[in-house]
Amino acid sequence: MTGPVLSLRDVRKTYVMGDLSVDALAGVSMDVHEGEYVAVMGPSGSGKSTLMHILGCLDVPTSGTYELAGTDVSRMTETELAEIRNRRIGFVFQGFNLLPSLNAWRNVELPLLYAGVPRDERRQRAARALDRVGLADRLDHRPGELSGGQQQRVAVARALVTDPSLILADEPTGNLDSRSTADVLGLFEELSGAGRTIMLITHEEDVAAAAQRTVRIRDGLVDQAGGAA
Amino acid sequence: MSTFDTFRSAFGALRSHRLRSALTMLGILIGIAAVILTVGLGQGAQAQVQSEISKLGSNLLVVTPGSTTSSTGIRGGRGTSSTLTNGDAAALATASVAPDIRAVAATSTSMQSVTAGTTNWTTTVVGTTPSWAQVRARDLSAGRFVTQDDVNQARPVAVLGSETVTELFNGRSPVGQSVSINGSSFTVVGVLQAIGSTSTTANEDDQVIVPQTTFATRVAANSTRAAVSTIYIEATSQATLTAAYQEAKALLLTRHGVTSTTADFTLSSQQSLLQTATATDRTLTILLGGVAGISLLVGALGIANMMLVSVAERVREIGLRKALGATPAAVRQQFLVEASSLGVSGGVLGLLLAGAGAAVLPHFLAQPVRISPAAAAAAVGVSLLIGVVAGVYPAGRAARLAPIDALRND
Ligand SMILES: Nc1ncnc2c1ncn2[C@@H]1O[C@H](COP(=O)(O)OP(=O)(O)OP(=O)(O)O)[C@@H](O)[C@H]1O
Ligand SMILES: [Mg+2]
Repeated sequence: MTGPVLSLRDVRKTYVMGDLSVDALAGVSMDVHEGEYVAVMGPSGSGKSTLMHILGCLDVPTSGTYELAGTDVSRMTETELAEIRNRRIGFVFQGFNLLPSLNAWRNVELPLLYAGVPRDERRQRAARALDRVGLADRLDHRPGELSGGQQQRVAVARALVTDPSLILADEPTGNLDSRSTADVLGLFEELSGAGRTIMLITHEEDVAAAAQRTVRIRDGLVDQAGGAA
Repeated sequence: MSTFDTFRSAFGALRSHRLRSALTMLGILIGIAAVILTVGLGQGAQAQVQSEISKLGSNLLVVTPGSTTSSTGIRGGRGTSSTLTNGDAAALATASVAPDIRAVAATSTSMQSVTAGTTNWTTTVVGTTPSWAQVRARDLSAGRFVTQDDVNQARPVAVLGSETVTELFNGRSPVGQSVSINGSSFTVVGVLQAIGSTSTTANEDDQVIVPQTTFATRVAANSTRAAVSTIYIEATSQATLTAAYQEAKALLLTRHGVTSTTADFTLSSQQSLLQTATATDRTLTILLGGVAGISLLVGALGIANMMLVSVAERVREIGLRKALGATPAAVRQQFLVEASSLGVSGGVLGLLLAGAGAAVLPHFLAQPVRISPAAAAAAVGVSLLIGVVAGVYPAGRAARLAPIDALRND
């Protein structure tokens, strides 16, 4: 029996701005096992994005420990972390974070570029990922030439392109209509069925309902009452 | 990330700010072109002087009267009263005393008015021996040179420089004709082949050569009868030049009864003549090159500045790339490649501009510009180095950005 793939112990993240200090996370402990599909819900400002950044090795906790597949992340070098982000994690950021100067497939191929995949294969895989989110006909469009929903789907395609074992998605359906939302959720369902671990941050109850379980966050703490649901 | 992808990405970033990249490149372009041109001008001038001095003859040593030692200044200056004699020349030519000396030619000179028919021309008249042609590496285009017999008999014969012929005979063949010098009639027996006029030394194509003995009796005033203005010495080879120098010096010191601190003559080699002649050129080149180098430095600061602005502007992009798996090394490399691409393209364009300048400038300056392949390669190398050095700090900053700080920046 293997341990949890993600394990947080009393993780705190404190932002200090002059005299003011904000506890974005105030002591979070949680475990996520391999292949789990978890939804994270909570009011705006409760610390959801902060949690995702720590889980994705983009940010480090002020205190507490985070173990990824049994390894304490704080012991890893920048280069090792970059490799983990590249090979094992697929991100969908809240603000999409596409590069405006690159067209859709160039944006999607970025993780493959840093993985050292050859160009022909990159283009093939990027095209396939864009096809999966219904943008097969928008390969050469730049973000500025795409609608908000289309941009969000490009961001989803980029998270899938490396076929990562962990997907961290911050409001991936925030800008989508109900049909596109259903399509993206169908994709996640498929990935979950294939054994991928998924964490999905959302405001919407019916989106969260697609997950196997829901973690509720309030004021930087896991809401125990809600967490049981 | 493959090298090709790194370059594609770097060029993409530079292209997205065309004007800014072009202006930054312009800084390096101007700097490189300025450096190459000043160095090219300096080298051109040096090569010019060098070729002129080498026209004097090969493996040549030159003895002139008077000393220019630093402690006493000029002693017994040229033209006042000469300390050199034909006896000195004869001693130097003795193989047993100076084995590394092949030939010696003593010359006495005097400015004289030379007349041919009704045409009059003032030029340098040189009294010397047959060895002069050998020592000074001169050939004849017509007739013969002064012979030992001419010297022994003090015959009134003369060999003319090519320009002297043009002035006096206007294209007609002068051999067999007679010219008048200082009231005496001389028969022209030969014409020297032209070697091209020179600006740093006397005009070698405008002179009249007569036998030394004839010069003493018919041309020069009585007081300077035996006076020798210059002794030219040819060493047996390039390798024995130093030995020949030592032999000549020792011999003359002994003959004149002086030590090297009280020497009344100056012994110089072609090398030392060259050094004196090019010293000022070199100083000027270094000075101008320094100014050009500063403009290159300003160009480098331009690259550093542009890269810093670029890093600040692209914090979001850098953060995203790191979030997607770019290692600090990959980020650093990308910015270094951007900076060095700016440097190298500026350098190559600067080289092209300098090449155009080298082709055009001589028409205005009457001065050759020489761009050696080594200088061209060095220019491109230096511009690459400038790009890398200017890019190190900005690239390091980009590499150190934490992905989250970079991503949040909005
Ligand atoms: N860089 C920062 N500096 C200071 N405070 C910050 C910073 N980032 C986040 N915070 C604070 O931390 C708290 C949690 O922010 P976070 O972005 O995690 O919220 P969230 O749950 O994702 O909200 P939303 O649903 O609106 O996206 C907020 O109060 C926010 O103001
Ligand atoms: Mg958020």
